[in-house]
Amino acid sequence: MTMEPVNKTQPLSVRTRWRDDFPIDDAWYRYLSRREFTKFLLLISGAFATGQVWIGFLKERRKADRSVEPEIRIARVSEIPVGAAREFFYPTAHERCLLIRLSEERFVAYSDKCTHLMCPVVPQVEEGRLFCPCHKGVFEIEHGRPVQGPPNRPLARINLEIRGDMIFATGMEYPQA
Amino acid sequence: MNVKLLTREQRHTIATGIFGFVLLLVLMQLWLLMATMNAFLAQAYAIVWPAAFASIACLFLNLGLFRYLRDLDRQAETLESQTDDSGTGGI
Repeated sequence: MTMEPVNKTQPLSVRTRWRDDFPIDDAWYRYLSRREFTKFLLLISGAFATGQVWIGFLKERRKADRSVEPEIRIARVSEIPVGAAREFFYPTAHERCLLIRLSEERFVAYSDKCTHLMCPVVPQVEEGRLFCPCHKGVFEIEHGRPVQGPPNRPLARINLEIRGDMIFATGMEYPQA
Repeated sequence: MNVKLLTREQRHTIATGIFGFVLLLVLMQLWLLMATMNAFLAQAYAIVWPAAFASIACLFLNLGLFRYLRDLDRQAETLESQTDDSGTGGI
């Protein structure tokens, strides 16, 4: 390793005094720090690749979990007036959904998680929309499509079946944009 | 490329180039990860495994580049230790 020579023939006004006392080879140390940082970047690269593979495994696990969708009873038709909304949980006890009666015969149900950053949406049935208060996202109530704000994917839709007076949730759909 | 003929400045330039390329690949992997996560949350699973293979390819490229840099340094150090104190050798 060669050291950068200190030129003592130069006057003090030209060279800095500390270089006489600390003749450090700057170029060499800069080279070493670049190499160390490249090594660090390699670790980051490995972490990203691991993350990608992990998402792949999560996908396979989710597909296996959702291969059989449960059927649950939500409410009676007579319990829900026109223009009203009711909260229920589907397919698990942790996933909140909204059942909305649009007319005498028409019911719709959606997951209440905004597709932007998963804030719970608020039904505004008289205005025909579902509103996300976090970032002012709006979904139209007929199909759950985003019409305003940052969300760009429709709300997850719950498939409903009405048997007699009972409303059942039978499956979940994730419409693409 | 004959390492014996490379000056220190040339080695530094190669190292800087490799560092820039590795940085670019890592940024690409970051973008891939964000896009895959976004698609996964939207239940769009088609790109998950292709993106994972692309990220692994980037990782192997990075490994290859770093290995080249490390071998370059090792060869240069070996040659440096064989030169005399006069500093000749152009390493």
